[in-house]
Amino acid sequence: MSRAEPTAKTATTAKTATTATAAETATTGQAGPTGTAPAATAPGGTGGVGAARTLWTLGLLRSELVTTFRRWRTLALLAVLAAVPVLVGVAVRIETGGGGGPHGGGGGEGPAFIAQITNNGLFLVFTALAATLPVFLPLAVGVVAGDTIAGEASAGTLRYLLVAPAGRTRLLLTKYATVTAFCLAATFVVAVSALVVGALLFPLGDLTTISGTRIGFGEGLARALLIALVVAASLLGLAALGLFVSTLTNSGVAAMATTVGLVITAQILDQIPQLHAIQPYLFPHYWLSFADLMREPVYWDGLVKNLELQALYAAVFGSAAWARFTTKDITA
Amino acid sequence: MDEPRDEPRDEPRDESVDLPVDGDASAPPQAPPPAPQDAGAGGNGNGDDDGVIRTRALTKRYRGGQLAVDGLDLTVPAGSVFGFLGPNGSGKTTTIRMLMGLIEPTSGTARVLGQSMPRHARTVLPHVGALIEGPALYGFLSGRDNLLRQDAADPTADPRTRRSRVAAALDRVGLTAAAGKKARAYSLGMKQRLGLAAALLQPRRLLVLDEPTNGLDPQGMREIRTLVRELASDGTTVFLSSHLLDEIEQVCTHAAVMARGRLLTQGPVADLAAGARGRLVVTTPDPAEAARVLKEQGVGDVVADGDRVTGEPPERDLADVNAALVTAGVRARGFGIERASLEDAFVALTGEGFDVAG
Ligand SMILES: Nc1ncnc2c1ncn2[C@@H]1O[C@H](COP(=O)(O)OP(=O)(O)OP(=O)(O)O)[C@@H](O)[C@H]1O
Ligand SMILES: [Mg+2]
Repeated sequence: MSRAEPTAKTATTAKTATTATAAETATTGQAGPTGTAPAATAPGGTGGVGAARTLWTLGLLRSELVTTFRRWRTLALLAVLAAVPVLVGVAVRIETGGGGGPHGGGGGEGPAFIAQITNNGLFLVFTALAATLPVFLPLAVGVVAGDTIAGEASAGTLRYLLVAPAGRTRLLLTKYATVTAFCLAATFVVAVSALVVGALLFPLGDLTTISGTRIGFGEGLARALLIALVVAASLLGLAALGLFVSTLTNSGVAAMATTVGLVITAQILDQIPQLHAIQPYLFPHYWLSFADLMREPVYWDGLVKNLELQALYAAVFGSAAWARFTTKDITA
Repeated sequence: MDEPRDEPRDEPRDESVDLPVDGDASAPPQAPPPAPQDAGAGGNGNGDDDGVIRTRALTKRYRGGQLAVDGLDLTVPAGSVFGFLGPNGSGKTTTIRMLMGLIEPTSGTARVLGQSMPRHARTVLPHVGALIEGPALYGFLSGRDNLLRQDAADPTADPRTRRSRVAAALDRVGLTAAAGKKARAYSLGMKQRLGLAAALLQPRRLLVLDEPTNGLDPQGMREIRTLVRELASDGTTVFLSSHLLDEIEQVCTHAAVMARGRLLTQGPVADLAAGARGRLVVTTPDPAEAARVLKEQGVGDVVADGDRVTGEPPERDLADVNAALVTAGVRARGFGIERASLEDAFVALTGEGFDVAG
């Protein structure tokens, strides 16, 4: 805990650095289209140039989002994620025979909060997120992030995007934005599915925090939303790592497998006590700190460290992906 | 008869690009003459006078050490239909990748539409339509959605006209009926057509087509030829790589031949074909007698094959040769010079060997 200081500092510097690069690239990204737009628009391209230009630049993002979320594979991943809360909910329901023995405090075995589900369906949201964050969510994100560039390369579509010309920086930013959207979507699929299942199978109402205080159902919902956002943000470091891996190979499958392998490796390393010196730098290390949002008052330490670590990963691997992709020979 | 020149290799760098004035109608380059420039969209034609594509000592060595393109000096005149020839592995696709900014040259420079690549890719490429190493599609999207996505990737493409431009491009390649079908269910030729449609989403000043007729049926090939001629007559420069020399001969005004990464020759197609000598051909039921007379008349390398007797035309007037055949009582069904095809020129330049250079 005492090494938190230096980590935090690096993270902050790195964060500033990314902001600068992002701003810079955004400007250069704009320069091309701005320069050519008047020449390229033959008919009727006079009105609302500013708004239109933004729209045009975002066209690729929209296309990317539609393409990603229309894919059979993406939908299958989301369906699996949606099924997890159903399984957990039904299992708990069967286990407790529908009745409900109040057990009180933190769960002994199984994912966090599992013991409280029978008292309050809202706890299924927390349980489902705690159950999917270590494995299912990162696997899904690893698949999507690993496929970003390498998948386009192996399909050969990358060269056509680049001669369109999508612009390498613009394409990379678009891909990262899409993976971010997938992180959010995946987390919310789990949360919403859990909320629905929880409401159907269990009673809803006021809930007891980890600290033992009681909060209203509305406040509980707000916390659930906050937790979902934090869980989604927890995946952003991995998303950047996957994007970087994806720029290294022309095989979509290899990139996905490598990213997923890195998730598993990091999780294992995080469990080995002898490695505690490097563990604070492993991206999954602070993942389960989201539970601290259920304390009263909220215990921010781990949450902040988690977000800082994710920002550090995003900065380091985002820059690495950019450096690699903008200088790479596209021969696939 | 125009004098067959020896191989026109090593042409001066700044050769003029005028079409040859060729009185012989037996192998007409059917493409239209270069249209007046700047008819296309967004034409500030400055810098185009030195060629729509111009490379200087362009060299690419791949990471494995393979020297794929070696000191290429290529000039593609504005308004031309330019055929880019070469055996497998001679560096055509590598050159095209460098021109499109996909790979960085090891040394040398490439200018496209007057601007250096890959540095100005963002301003140059919206004016360039390209088909590189065959089509690549998202199998899970329909043909139409593939084009919509390709168009969305171009930041200069107006989203308000996107649907209509996509529909027009689909129509142009004859895919309107199959537009809603998933691209993975397309046949090879349909994919090729869709790839072409993507290159035609906007009015272009330059089209770069790497083996565009690969996998097309005869109708498809004909349509591509018509399309290329149509585009060329609108002032679009077309840069076309192909193995089908017949194709090239039919549509191209200019051509370049590569082998083992080096440029062997470039220039107007008629000049290239003229580089290989034509042959005198006599069709006759009396081949033995004909061969004897032809030899007497100074025809070299006489070969009798069935009722065809061929040989290298002599210096003297062919009318005298014909008269000699008649005098000797040789019955002839046909008598004339068969012009060297581009294929002959190509084989003369690149050799008969079938094996790909390593
Ligand atoms: N990505 C690559 N890495 C290493 N070498 C390559 C790569 N791509 C091509 N080459 C080599 O470069 C040379 C030129 O290849 P290129 O693809 O440019 O030939 P080409 O003229 O297009 O041939 P084809 O007519 O078969 O399409 C070949 O020897 C090939 O082996
Ligand atoms: Mg090739």
